Amino acid sequence: MRRLELVGWTAVAIVLCVFAIPWFLWGDATTVAGLPLWLWWHVGWMGLASVVFWVFTQRAWGIGIETEGRSPQSTAGTDGDRP
Amino acid sequence: MTLTLQLGIIVGYLLLALAIGLFAYRLTDRTAEDFYLASRTFGTIVLLFTTFATLLSAFTFFAGPNIAYAQGPEWVLVMGLMDGIIFAILWYVIGYKQWLLGQSYGYVTLGEMLGDRFGSTWLRGLVAGVSLLWLFPYVMLQQVGAGTALEALTEGAVPYAVGAGLITAFMILYVVVAGMRGIAWTDTVQGAFMLVVTWVALLWLLAVIGGPGAATSALEAEAAHHLALGSDFYTVQWMLSTAITIGFGVAMFPQVNQRFFAAGSKTVLKRSFALWPILCVLLFVPSFLIGAWARGLDVTIPEGANVLPIVLAEYTPVWFAALVIAGAMAAMMSSSDSMLLSGSSYFTRDLYRPFVDRTISERREDLLARIGVVAFATAAFAASLWNPATLFELGDAAFSGFAQLALPVMVALYWRRTTRAGITAGIVASQLFYLSSLFLGFVPATYAGWSAGLVGMGLGLVVTVGVSFVTTPAADERRAIYFERLGAD
Repeated sequence: MRRLELVGWTAVAIVLCVFAIPWFLWGDATTVAGLPLWLWWHVGWMGLASVVFWVFTQRAWGIGIETEGRSPQSTAGTDGDRP
Repeated sequence: MTLTLQLGIIVGYLLLALAIGLFAYRLTDRTAEDFYLASRTFGTIVLLFTTFATLLSAFTFFAGPNIAYAQGPEWVLVMGLMDGIIFAILWYVIGYKQWLLGQSYGYVTLGEMLGDRFGSTWLRGLVAGVSLLWLFPYVMLQQVGAGTALEALTEGAVPYAVGAGLITAFMILYVVVAGMRGIAWTDTVQGAFMLVVTWVALLWLLAVIGGPGAATSALEAEAAHHLALGSDFYTVQWMLSTAITIGFGVAMFPQVNQRFFAAGSKTVLKRSFALWPILCVLLFVPSFLIGAWARGLDVTIPEGANVLPIVLAEYTPVWFAALVIAGAMAAMMSSSDSMLLSGSSYFTRDLYRPFVDRTISERREDLLARIGVVAFATAAFAASLWNPATLFELGDAAFSGFAQLALPVMVALYWRRTTRAGITAGIVASQLFYLSSLFLGFVPATYAGWSAGLVGMGLGLVVTVGVSFVTTPAADERRAIYFERLGAD
């Protein structure tokens, strides 16, 4: 279970990296409210990244690093992890 | 009059930084751990802003807007990805683990952490030596920047050597007196000051030229291709190579890496982590947009000059332009002061203590660390007067140089089977490869558009893993300490 969660968060991290630059707008010069559309995307994406990071700190902080069963948070919902 | 006002603002600013440092001095203990890490007590705001101000050097104010002016605003994306996302993820992956290890074992430097795990004083010295090799010229470049900026602002009334010397003297004073706590407090003020001053500059400029729509139209008339994402300069390979190498390099820069040890609690690390991307975008967007829009404005930028001060001089009052230069000084000093302190700690803890005098007392180490700061700063200042080409090139390449350390360190942190021979070979091979790509003509600097820095990182990873596979761990390696009983509670 914890392992699946780790894979999930790793995937989230990769997606956050990949789309910080809107590759699908490559060559596009559309401007919205005086700024290039691709810049708006980036600003929005960074805001989203902050929200995702915040959710991570609330739900999964310690994953992949803290030793299983040591931290109360990591075992709050998954008592089965305790040896 | 103008000159007096400009100098008044800058000297006033330097005195303020010094006053904060002196205030912090009253709270310091006379131990090396307090001098280097403020006894691991930072709260969210201080950790966030000290890392932020340390990370952003004069580059944000000078070179960054210059690139946006010459090549277009895509630079915002590169910086956003490298600092806002990649570095933030490393903040957790490397930073949180380092912090936990620091809490358990009292580590102060990266070399100490690795040397203890792999049972090797030589590895510890190697990491410190490699770090100092890249750090010293980078500090020198900051002094060159400070001297040049002051000389340009005062139109030669403050000669280069005097400007660089003045900044160096102030930094030595408050770093030696107050250590990490003083630095972090001045950084907090400096970081907040940079943010405010950049936004005021942007809004001021937009008010004069008639809003973002008008600014972008002017840019479109002058250089329409700057608005389209991507160009011959901003290729996919270049953007990714730059973002990845600098993002990883930042995490290995001693003054940034050492901050991973200094957080007061897990909550502090969590909060700073979540706020990080927003803080980055808040500074990068205004700073680089000024540079990008300047291209469409009616100002002439002489060859080799910095865009931002010229635009501000044209569109805002003298006092405000001087404030922004003070902001740039803030950026420069807040990076350099931390680099001096970290450089000194790498030297005393990882080179002097293990190789020269193992029995040194806490009090004496604290004294030696302060002497180290003075020596490091003075030597970098002397080098900045002479500015030799080799050092210039090393300083310029420092981020990629540090990036070479990142993957071997991450492998060691997360893979139990890493051996002493593996990590040592990984570090040596990637450093040698990257240095030869800089200095030996027959080693190419790019590989199908990807930078040598990025290729070197891959090499370091492969060599670390490969050599670890074929070697057995040395008897005195402590293989379990990165994996056992880790939890903050």
